[in-house]
Amino acid sequence: MTRVGLLRLAVIVGAVVALELLIRTGIVPRFTIIPPSEMATALVGVLASGKFKIDITVTLSNVAMAIASSMIVGVAAGTLLQGAPAVRRIFDPLFATYYAIPMYAFYPLLIVIFGLGDMPQICIGFLLAVMAVIINTINGLDRVPRVLLKAAQVHRMSVWRTARRIRLPYATPYIFTGFKLAVAYSFIGVIGAEFITSSRGIGYEIAYAYNNFDNPLMYSLILFILVIVISVNMSLHTWEKRLMARRRR
Amino acid sequence: MKARDSLLLILIVVAAWQVFHWIVGDIALRSPLVTARHALALLADPGFWPHLRETLLAFAEAFAIAMGIGLFIGLTLGASRLAGDVAEPILVALYSIPKVTLYPVILLIFGIGMPAKVAFGAIHGIVPISIFALNAIRNINPVYLRTGQVLRMSPLSATRKILIPAALPEIVTGIRVGFSLTLIGTLLGEMFGAQRGLGHMLLQAMTRHNMDAIMALTLLLVVFAAVVNAALLSLDRHLHSRA
Repeated sequence: MTRVGLLRLAVIVGAVVALELLIRTGIVPRFTIIPPSEMATALVGVLASGKFKIDITVTLSNVAMAIASSMIVGVAAGTLLQGAPAVRRIFDPLFATYYAIPMYAFYPLLIVIFGLGDMPQICIGFLLAVMAVIINTINGLDRVPRVLLKAAQVHRMSVWRTARRIRLPYATPYIFTGFKLAVAYSFIGVIGAEFITSSRGIGYEIAYAYNNFDNPLMYSLILFILVIVISVNMSLHTWEKRLMARRRR
Repeated sequence: MKARDSLLLILIVVAAWQVFHWIVGDIALRSPLVTARHALALLADPGFWPHLRETLLAFAEAFAIAMGIGLFIGLTLGASRLAGDVAEPILVALYSIPKVTLYPVILLIFGIGMPAKVAFGAIHGIVPISIFALNAIRNINPVYLRTGQVLRMSPLSATRKILIPAALPEIVTGIRVGFSLTLIGTLLGEMFGAQRGLGHMLLQAMTRHNMDAIMALTLLLVVFAAVVNAALLSLDRHLHSRA
């Protein structure tokens, strides 16, 4: 590991130890936060009991659905919009204002339309994620050098073939950035929606544990989500680095 | 030309809304006209204003705190290469966690009421503002700073004449992103732990299945967010084009 990586690890470990000490010495009251070590033991107990297997599966599969749908729709819409500058110009203000819209405000509507099932949560995740994919796809396609496109013309490649062989491969790193954001936003959207109102899922269980003052359970589930999201994020980061390194040769 | 495009976009959105309304039916989605009428009625209702005031007050406090802490973190970490390298991935990881799961923690610390809303709004805004500020400082062209040294500018005038103008466009972009997220955080905070405010009204309308209120509130929130964002965006573009 590099020096920076070690330092980063030290900062994180230091923060966790500091929190542990603050609670153990009673400076931060116990009913507010339980020590990280107890969160971890509670989490192990919760996972071993298998009580939340269904919730975990539901949440993760909903997140996966949101990611998949936003990637498909986002890349397709981005490609189409990039090919039609007139339409794109009209939608430009929408791209810029999109993330200012409080997306959770639509959640009640989605519940009315789809009923209390998995659909409203997936929709919120999708709505949050899709614009990041669209914007990054357009951004990537914009950067394809004209020379490559001219070369394609010289070789009389069809539009479809140009897209598959030149445009999309060239835009991959940018689309990957969109993918990374889509993953983060899907988690945020799905779990947030579960937390507001739903009948199952980890977000729902956290809200439920909170309402029952079950702090050890609540903190262990919060820890679970943090660990999952951060490790997914970190592995995508490493993957992206490898992708970029190969390209730079 | 630009105004025409924006107008066209609004027309498209309203038309899509109307078509969607025809498809899913009146029970699930009110038409644009009905919603606008209800939104106006809401604005005319004196009972609405205390809620709006409460939300705006909470939001203003949260945004001020997010700006203060976010800029402080970003600027101090950005000043040192090593600190920036160490902290940036941590900040990005913090950005990607679903902060709503931390809401119970905030409530346990602050209790139900104004401080919890403000804190929850602020934690949404702090991270993006600090990430953008950090990168703004780090990405300043080193040639500018060296030029300042060559011209023997005092640290104060170098800050005023070089550092701030060079970093400002990025920082404003961060503030724009932070603005939206703080608003979302404040509203979310109001949805769970509050007796007043627009978020509380929205959740109440949701539990009562009051479609008119849901739609009218959503419309007002979206319009407010879009208008402020458009203003910040034009400032943002102005600063970027100048640089």
